[in-house]
Parts: sequence; structure tokens; C-alpha cells
Amino acid sequence: MIQLEALTLGYGQQILLDQASANLDKGGLIALLGRNGSGKSSLLRAIAGLGTIRSGRILLAGRDLAELQPEKRARIVSFVTTEKVRIPNLKCRDVVALGRAPYTNWVGHLQPQDREIIDKSLALLDMASYAERTMDQMSDGECQRIMIARALAQDTPIILLDEPTSFLDLPNRYELGVLLQKLAHEQNKCILFSTHELDIALTLCDYIALIDRPHLHYQPTQQMINSGHIECLFRNETITFDPKELRIRVQRKAP
Amino acid sequence: MNRKTIIFTFLIPLAIILFVLDLLSGDSTLSAGQVWNVFTGNVTDETTRNIVLSIRLVRVVVAILIGVALSISGLQMQTVFRNPLADPYLLGVSSGSGLGVAFFILGAPLFGLAHSGFWQSVGIVGAGWGGAVMVLLLIAIISRYVKNILGVLIMGVMIGYIAGAIIQILQYLSSAEQLKMFFLWSMGSLGHVTTTKLFIMIPVICMGIILAIYCIKVLNLLLLGENYAQTMGLNIRRARTLIFISTTLLTGTVTAFCGPVGFLGLAVPHVARMLFNDADHRTLLPGSILLGIMAMLLCDIIAKTLVLPVNCITALLGIPVIIWVVYKNLRPA
Repeated sequence: MIQLEALTLGYGQQILLDQASANLDKGGLIALLGRNGSGKSSLLRAIAGLGTIRSGRILLAGRDLAELQPEKRARIVSFVTTEKVRIPNLKCRDVVALGRAPYTNWVGHLQPQDREIIDKSLALLDMASYAERTMDQMSDGECQRIMIARALAQDTPIILLDEPTSFLDLPNRYELGVLLQKLAHEQNKCILFSTHELDIALTLCDYIALIDRPHLHYQPTQQMINSGHIECLFRNETITFDPKELRIRVQRKAP
Repeated sequence: MNRKTIIFTFLIPLAIILFVLDLLSGDSTLSAGQVWNVFTGNVTDETTRNIVLSIRLVRVVVAILIGVALSISGLQMQTVFRNPLADPYLLGVSSGSGLGVAFFILGAPLFGLAHSGFWQSVGIVGAGWGGAVMVLLLIAIISRYVKNILGVLIMGVMIGYIAGAIIQILQYLSSAEQLKMFFLWSMGSLGHVTTTKLFIMIPVICMGIILAIYCIKVLNLLLLGENYAQTMGLNIRRARTLIFISTTLLTGTVTAFCGPVGFLGLAVPHVARMLFNDADHRTLLPGSILLGIMAMLLCDIIAKTLVLPVNCITALLGIPVIIWVVYKNLRPA
């Protein structure tokens, strides 16, 4: 689905990714790991067509991203950003309906099949009862689900999410992880999301993409655990990753 | 019947009543029967005909055009900048227009145009329009290179300040007579528009309206912000350019012909949002147009009755709405 060919991304003077190549062809649920500032967001933005690429190219469903018109691109990839969207007077159903934009006419008129997809998207996220409510009176977790329903309504084979769990409490994080896994497998999507939740990534995801600046590693989850790349994230004596128990250990200093 | 239909069926007769009231109000007292006779073509004296058709009717039509143009621009600016306090003049349109007019009023005597009334009125409108277009063109060019919309906003405000400073220099150098002329323009007036000017105003504003209607889907996508809009297939440069052209045609034209009319474009979209309880521009655009027409007709009736510049009235009526918006946004939930 997503192919990166010798992709170089940078930010000012810094190089985030250098000649990174990966073939995310199988789909499923993919976690994007990396430390703060390692370029997770930049990579997601680049794949969504929002960022600029230093060199190399990105292929989406076999087509060069740089040559895709925005309308065509919007039918292949959807994106849930970290931006908090709270629009008073805009009902959740209308927010999800905006996801149909790539398919509607010039004024955005919804056809019966559009409405069907909108209802289905809301139902898949368990948000059908929120359809008539507005987001300025909802919790972060609920708003996050509406934005994901919107991405689902966009009906794209690829869905990108930038740190979807970051504003959520612990139970909500796991629920969202399970939900993304369900969507990836039952709806046959390629869902790539950046996260700092090692636990969710290692237990729920089919693949792990890991940015160890300026390299990008991409492997099935078990292989990634065995590879030792995750330990590299913790270049520290007191904090280590235990690949057998999938746990992070903090060494206590002797009193 | 849904809420939208009910409100529209309620507002349209109200707008017609305001239209008639505005036609009936003015310096010279004319009875409703006399006005009616002119429209039905029954024989009345030439003076009455003139007053009704080339003074009253023109002024009412101008009021409607101002209401439509500024309300649409306000709605567009508030959505594009995702800022409830954005208005048509935010991007420095009025300052640009003012700068053009100030240059003309100060510069016209140098070209020997000061004594011709015709050239003077054409010149003021032309210079005002030119100034507005220059500023918005500059903003449109900047917005192609500045990625963050907040950056565009700041540039717009700064350009407005620069224009304002140059206007002050020009005022300082002006004679008392020139100053008075400029102040009259800057207070906003509906009375200076003649039938001939109206025939320039109408097509330009219609173009702006058509462009605004064409941008409805774009505006809806922009509700979620530029990033989301782009991932849903929006070509952001094209979208910004189209909306800025629409605003230039609408606000630039109104400002050039009638001077800056403040607070209307800022307040009306908020009333529309509250009344229709909706953020969809398919409702908000026609809603704002209708409410804008009503607001401007009301302001014009009051302005005529009290014999005051219309700008004071729009401010006095618009500012309470804005205070209410700020209060509503800031109060604890």
C-alpha cells in the first residue's frame, strides 16, 4: 500500500530520515515508533501529502504521491491529525459527512449511499448516538472517535493517525488500540499510527515501523521485538526494554 | 418543516417590510400611496418620480448590496482564518481603500482634476477600489508563500497598519477642505451612489457572490482547518485565491463606493450561526445574505431618520453582537 523509496525528510538543518526505504504492502495495523522529534509526524504528514520531501518518493497504492491531484489523493489516504477540532454548531454527523468530500458534487450534496457510509462509520466507532451532538460538549476521547469516523467515511485504503492516544486516559488508549485493530482487520485497511504506547504497539499491531534517526526499520512485530531495535530507543543505563516480557524496566539505585 | 425552512419563511417577509420602510423613509415626506403610484406607473409629477427612483430606490439597492457583500465577506474571513473576530476589513482592505482615496484627494489637485465633479467622484471610487485590490493582491501573493494562515492574518493586519500610517502622513499634509472630503468618505455614505455607479456596482458584486457560492464546499472543508481540508482533497492555494478574489470584489467595491462600513460583516455571520444553529455554509451563506440585507436596511432607516452617517449606526448595532460573541466564547461552560 505504502512504498517509501530512498525517502529523505528534513526539518531546517536537521535530517530526520536519510534515504529510508520500506514497503508497507500488507496492510493491517502498523505502529510508528520513535522518540520525540524523531520525525514520526513529519513522515505521516509527508505520506498524507502535507509535508515536503527532500528527496526520494512515496508511492501510494502504486501511484507516485507527488503526481497525485489532491482530490485523487483524498480517495487513497485519510489522516487524523493531533489538532483538536471543536466547532460549535457543527453536529458530529456533519463532521463525519465532510469525509465524503472527495466523492460529492461541487456543493457537497450527499447521495443516499453517502449517508449510508456515514451512518456505518459512526456505528463502527460506537458513536451513532452522538450523531446530533456538537463536539464542543464532548470529551477528548469522543472527539477523537468522531475524527476517526470521518476518516473512515472518506473510504480510503490507507488511514494515518498522528498520536491518536495522546490525549486519552489509560482505558481509552487500550480501547482505541483494540478498535483500530478491529478496523484494520475487519475493514481491510492499512492503518498506520504514530504512538509512544509501546505496550499497545507490541501487543496489538501486525507490524512496527521504528524511526531510529536517520534510519527507518520496518518489520513484523515479533521480528522487531527480537531484532534489538527497540532497545536502541532507550540508550540509558537505568531504563531498559525486556524483549521476553515486553516490558520496560527501570533499575532502582541501591539505597 | 425543519428549523431552517421556518426561519427563512419568517425572515423573508421581514426583509420585505424593511425594504418598504426604507423606501418610505427620507428627507422629503412622501406618502406610501405616492411611492406606490410611481412603481405602478400611475401618473405622478416628475419630482416625486425622481425622488423615488433615482434617490430612494438607488439608496435602498445600495444598502442591500452593502449588506450582502459585507456579510458574505465576513463569513468567508471568519471561516478561512478560523477566527470569530475576523471581518472583511481584517486584511487591510479598508486601509488600502482609504490609502487610495487619500492619495487621490491629495493628488488630484496636482493633476488639475479637482474642479471637475465627475472626475472627482470617479477618481475617489477608482482610487478606493485600486487601493483595496492592491492590498488584497499583496495578501493573496503572500498567502501563496506563507503556509500558516495565522501568518497571512498577521501580514494583513500589518499591511493595514502601514497603509494607516501613510494615510496619517497624507492627512497631515492636506488642506482643511481635503481633510473634510476624506473624512466624509471614511464615515461611509450610501447617498453618493448614482444610478450610473450602481450599474458598475451590481455586476461586480454579483461576480463576487457567484464566486462565494462556488466556494461553499471549500468553506465547509476549511471548518476543520487547512490540514484536514487538504487531506480531504482541497487544493489550498486555489481555495485561498478564490476566496480572496471574492472578498476583494465584494468588500473592495462596497468600500470604494460607500466608504468603510464597519462591524456589519463581523456581526451578521454570528447572528446567522446562532439563529440557524448550524455551521454548514449551504445554510450560513444564504442566511448571512438575508440577515445582512435586513441589518443594512435597518441601519439605513435609522441613519436616515436621525440624519447620521451610517457607519455610526452599524457600529452601535454591531458591537453589542460582538460583545455577546466574546462573552459566549469566554464564559465557563
